[in-house]
Amino acid sequence: MSQLLRIRDLKIEGRSDETWVPIINGVDLDLDRGQVLGLIGESGAGKSTIGLAAMGFVRDGIRISNGTVEFDGTDLVKASASQKRALLGKRIAYVAQSAAASFNPAHKLIDQHIEAPTQHNVQNRKDSIEDGIDLYRRLRLPDPDQIGFRYPHQVSGGQLQRAMTAMAMSCRPDLIIFDEPTTALDVTTQIEVLAAIRKIVDDFGTAAIYITHDLAVVAQMADKIKVLLKGNEVEEAETHQMLSHPKEEYTKSLWAVRGFERPAKPAVQTSATPVIRVDHVTAAYGDVKVLHDVSFDMHEGRTVAVVGESGSGKSTAARCITGLLPPLSGQILLDGARLAPSYKTRDKMQLRQVQMIYQMADTALNPRKTIGEIIGRPVQFYMGLSGTELRRRIEDLLAEIELEPSQFIDRLPSELSGGQKQRIGIARALAAEPKFIICDEVTSALDQLVAEGILKLLAKLQDELKLTYMFITHDLATVKAIADEVVVMKDGEVVEHGPKADMFTPPHHPYTDLLLSSVPEMDPDWLTNLLAERGVDNIGDAAVDKM
Amino acid sequence: MSTVFGAINAALDAVVTAIFSGLGLLVPAVYAAQPFWIRALIALAAIGVAGWMFRKIGQVLSKNRPYFRDMTFGVAYGFAFAVWALGATAHLFFIVENPFFRWAIQLLIVFAIAAFLFRLLGRGVGTTGSRKLFRGMPLTAAFGILIILIYAFVAIFAAAIAPYGQEQVLANANIVPGGNPATGGDPAYPLGTDQIGRDILSRLIFGAQNTVGIAFVTTCLAFFLGGSLGFLAATLGGWLDQLLSRIVDALMAIPALIFALLLMTIATAYAQGERTQVTLYMILIIAVIDSTRVFRLSRAVGQSIVVMDYIEAARLRGEGLGYLVFREMLPNAYAPLLAEFGLRFCFVFLTIASLSFLGVGIQPPFADWGTMVRDLSQFINFAAFAPNVAVTPLLAAGAIALLTVAVNFVVDWMLHRSSGLKE
Amino acid sequence: MQRLLLGLVTLVVVSIIIFTAVNLLPGDFAQAILGQGATEEAIAGIREQLGLNQSPVTRYFQWLSGVLQGDLGVPLSQAMMQSFSGASTGGNVITVAEQIGPRLSNTLFLAGVSAAIAVPLSITLGVLTALYRNTAFDKAMNISTLSAISSPEFFLAYILILFLAVLNPIFPSLSNIFPGMEFSERLNKTMLPALTLTLAVTAQMMRMTRAALINLLAAPYIEMARLKGLSPMRVIVKHALPNAMAPIITVVALNLAYLVTGVVVVEVVFVYPGIGQLFVDSVKTRDIPVVQACCLIFAAVYILLNLTADILSILSNPRLRHPK
Repeated sequence: MSQLLRIRDLKIEGRSDETWVPIINGVDLDLDRGQVLGLIGESGAGKSTIGLAAMGFVRDGIRISNGTVEFDGTDLVKASASQKRALLGKRIAYVAQSAAASFNPAHKLIDQHIEAPTQHNVQNRKDSIEDGIDLYRRLRLPDPDQIGFRYPHQVSGGQLQRAMTAMAMSCRPDLIIFDEPTTALDVTTQIEVLAAIRKIVDDFGTAAIYITHDLAVVAQMADKIKVLLKGNEVEEAETHQMLSHPKEEYTKSLWAVRGFERPAKPAVQTSATPVIRVDHVTAAYGDVKVLHDVSFDMHEGRTVAVVGESGSGKSTAARCITGLLPPLSGQILLDGARLAPSYKTRDKMQLRQVQMIYQMADTALNPRKTIGEIIGRPVQFYMGLSGTELRRRIEDLLAEIELEPSQFIDRLPSELSGGQKQRIGIARALAAEPKFIICDEVTSALDQLVAEGILKLLAKLQDELKLTYMFITHDLATVKAIADEVVVMKDGEVVEHGPKADMFTPPHHPYTDLLLSSVPEMDPDWLTNLLAERGVDNIGDAAVDKM
Repeated sequence: MSTVFGAINAALDAVVTAIFSGLGLLVPAVYAAQPFWIRALIALAAIGVAGWMFRKIGQVLSKNRPYFRDMTFGVAYGFAFAVWALGATAHLFFIVENPFFRWAIQLLIVFAIAAFLFRLLGRGVGTTGSRKLFRGMPLTAAFGILIILIYAFVAIFAAAIAPYGQEQVLANANIVPGGNPATGGDPAYPLGTDQIGRDILSRLIFGAQNTVGIAFVTTCLAFFLGGSLGFLAATLGGWLDQLLSRIVDALMAIPALIFALLLMTIATAYAQGERTQVTLYMILIIAVIDSTRVFRLSRAVGQSIVVMDYIEAARLRGEGLGYLVFREMLPNAYAPLLAEFGLRFCFVFLTIASLSFLGVGIQPPFADWGTMVRDLSQFINFAAFAPNVAVTPLLAAGAIALLTVAVNFVVDWMLHRSSGLKE
Repeated sequence: MQRLLLGLVTLVVVSIIIFTAVNLLPGDFAQAILGQGATEEAIAGIREQLGLNQSPVTRYFQWLSGVLQGDLGVPLSQAMMQSFSGASTGGNVITVAEQIGPRLSNTLFLAGVSAAIAVPLSITLGVLTALYRNTAFDKAMNISTLSAISSPEFFLAYILILFLAVLNPIFPSLSNIFPGMEFSERLNKTMLPALTLTLAVTAQMMRMTRAALINLLAAPYIEMARLKGLSPMRVIVKHALPNAMAPIITVVALNLAYLVTGVVVVEVVFVYPGIGQLFVDSVKTRDIPVVQACCLIFAAVYILLNLTADILSILSNPRLRHPK
């Protein structure tokens, strides 16, 4: 195989407050024709920047300060704008993270599809339309003859992502850059897109750079993997080699994240009163019913994971428990006592018992208040502490969440990292000394290593304080790590409910089965096996509809 | 000295004429005979040719460096145009008969230097916080802050600074500004006196107190009214929000100045010739009209904060309305509200000046800039032979413009800062 | 359709507001206008003329039905003359409608000329500053437009008079236009007020166009278009412009609506015989029927323009043109 892309000592800087700060510190990269390279790293590692730089492109406020990007013999760093334009779209193509935002809302899909071939004089209009329809068929888009004549907002997210892959393929490029193409999708949709991408890359022997933060995904797609950390290369190896024998400590720690799992707890005694009982709750936003007769119990010292894809009603259930959304019918019981439907009519003690930790720590903490004020307020409000007593309590709480009190107490949230902010969110919930805490996707906005730290902290606190968690998540790996019991939801109904062990051993409800089998595993052959198991015809939207 | 200037002037004039006439230089007589717009077109074309040549020469001299190679024609044209504009500026600057342009340029340079020195001062003196603020400040913002401080000083100490009273009629009317007896001035009245013998400098200084002060009070009132209702509507929502929003929508469907004029008609009838009362009504009317705009903004700001999870957390904690609004929301609305205050102030200030200019705003016992412009406006026709006289109406109008420009510069900078460095 | 209805409702509400505002006067305004010394007879005459004897609601509907038939009433000055000289002698009464008619067309001409210069100019400049953002050109434009926005219209007007009428007599400083004037001469005399309005409006329009475009150029689909290797021109024309239509239309309509307000001051400065000047004169003489009528016309134009903006921006949105 001959070399297609050769990047040497690439340094990229970004503008910040009138000075240039390095983003990429000298990265090398080699790619042969037909080869797929996986670029992985946490947020801020510079994956996307390198991906775009491989096309000779940098975003506004960013510059390439050093190095060469040779694509098939042409140095894209030194090339003129018109030279680059002749390559882009034709020989190098790009698939963006959010297809919904990357398709122009004003034009039909097919018009955007044929733009590259007609503008680069690869094909005439008629041929490229036919070719587009052919590609849509290959990617198993529903109704391939007609779908291209729709506008982007008329097509679903997973289908758009496949249409964008087809668009990238329109000129049969030598290289495609995939920039986190499945990150915004649900697991069951992700499978379809992954299968489509792999199929088309295999069919045409296209080289690709696949950028993602998800190890299991990259394991399915890439021939070799490069791990990045803060703009530096950590290591690079063949996929099998990398998965089985990572060399560097950082890589090993990334791999180890998936190994965290809590020991199982003894079964709940059926006679015990649950801390929270959701009793035949039906709820709606306006006229749209989002919960249908939902019931489940949560017992002391346990973690109940509520799992489902977006729109399944899992967050609505939480809103009913907190009283933000009074249910149409049914009730919420706290320690066997009925709670008022709206939080406005619950008393202080009841409010105190139910606390919440949010997904986005950025919007959950008031940016104008210091950490001490944020954590101190519930203590002041519920316990009536003040002065030195209050301060001591705040320090205790900070110590509990493993942050050095003297360092953090006077800081503002903006001065903290994502993981630290999430810890403050936990401390605020603890400050009320509650029985029950709702954790709403608390780790999904965090990098894997940081997320693991949060999960371990939550587990520790549960053991110490006998807390009960309702853990809302779409990520089954998290469920595996922390849950004692699992509630699976779909379209506002509870599909399955039981101890974790039962959930992860068959037989289960077909939807649970689909969810479980769709979670990518680290095994590089997982996708191949799964597709074989389901039968190729089973991928696509049909899989979900069959339920 | 003047010969040196004369020589420079002549040389520059020649250069500028050459640039300006471009191709027309080859056929000067034909060019000069064309009407104004044909000459303008020729000049634009000539600039285009110059730009093209500039790029070409740049490419050759720099051995095709990417900067020149990838330069679009638009950019090249821009450079040529900038050179032409500089030349034209210099040309106008040295025309002796027309001092206005020179005065404007000189004023600009003085302001720029003052702003630069002010920023330098700010960077060296004060707390670490204020120093850091000055370090990232563009010159325009420093200029704005300096001007606002000067205006505030003048407005507060008007009585102490002004040499005469605002309504004091002096013995000498129509004294020419400049204080030079040879041209009809008087050193006792550096800016001259008006038709009925009132000192213009004193009236300008008191004008600062009246016009700026009244505008400030009006804006505060509008903010108190619109801001509190807007936040209430955003926090409580429901029927109150609907009701207030519909009322505001209806009031905003009438253009502000027109509505103000309509209400002023009624107010003057109501006041039965009591001039102080008319001024008072004006403050109320403009405050109410403007509070609708403030309501819109504070409601929008409030709503964007209300949906935040930390507000939800506070609600679930059982916090009362007062705590929610004053402790959780207001600190976060501070930046956009302050910027809006600046913009609103400008708007109110201009509305009041316009009303006064039209004769229905601030009434005579108070000196004010809008009225001054109207009273002195006829002098502008003397510009050709007595530039000193013609400048008097512009002084008051310029005083208005300067303050609003200054406030806008500061607001622009604040908005830019709060939006981060992204566009 | 819903928008049209909403516009109509707004107009009705506005007419009520204007009417109520006028009727806010304590007691009755015949008294207020004529002052304490007026004879009973004169006051009664005015009352009769303005129909003040009826209830406010009846008067409102009378006024409204009159307005709908193009009858805006009789100016107070005329009414007073009539009441002094015996009610029914006036054969040559000039109604408000007759007074406003020609002036309205003058004002529309002025606004039209300003818009014809300002709209293309500001959109071009807006696109240029968006393309060459953060360059010296952009910064210079930023400072000058900010200054133009901040200056009161009469300041701009006097500066223009100073440079283009007094020092270099290119245009006349007084716009004494009259019916039957030749078009070119009329244009010449309208030029200075039109340029003043242009200056005031262009700055605002340009900044808003720039902001809308920059917002748009940061969109992922623009990056996608660039990564397809399309020429910068095609990226702008094919990908940015169709999506920029809605914001730009809104900007234009908003600023045309702003012209309505700006026209008042400018007409006074240049003694331009338009509706704005009539309005200000009537405000000073407290000629309430004229004030009422002018106010209604200004508000109607304003509402109409905002409505047009709403409808056009809906029409240019593909999501609404092609529902799911």
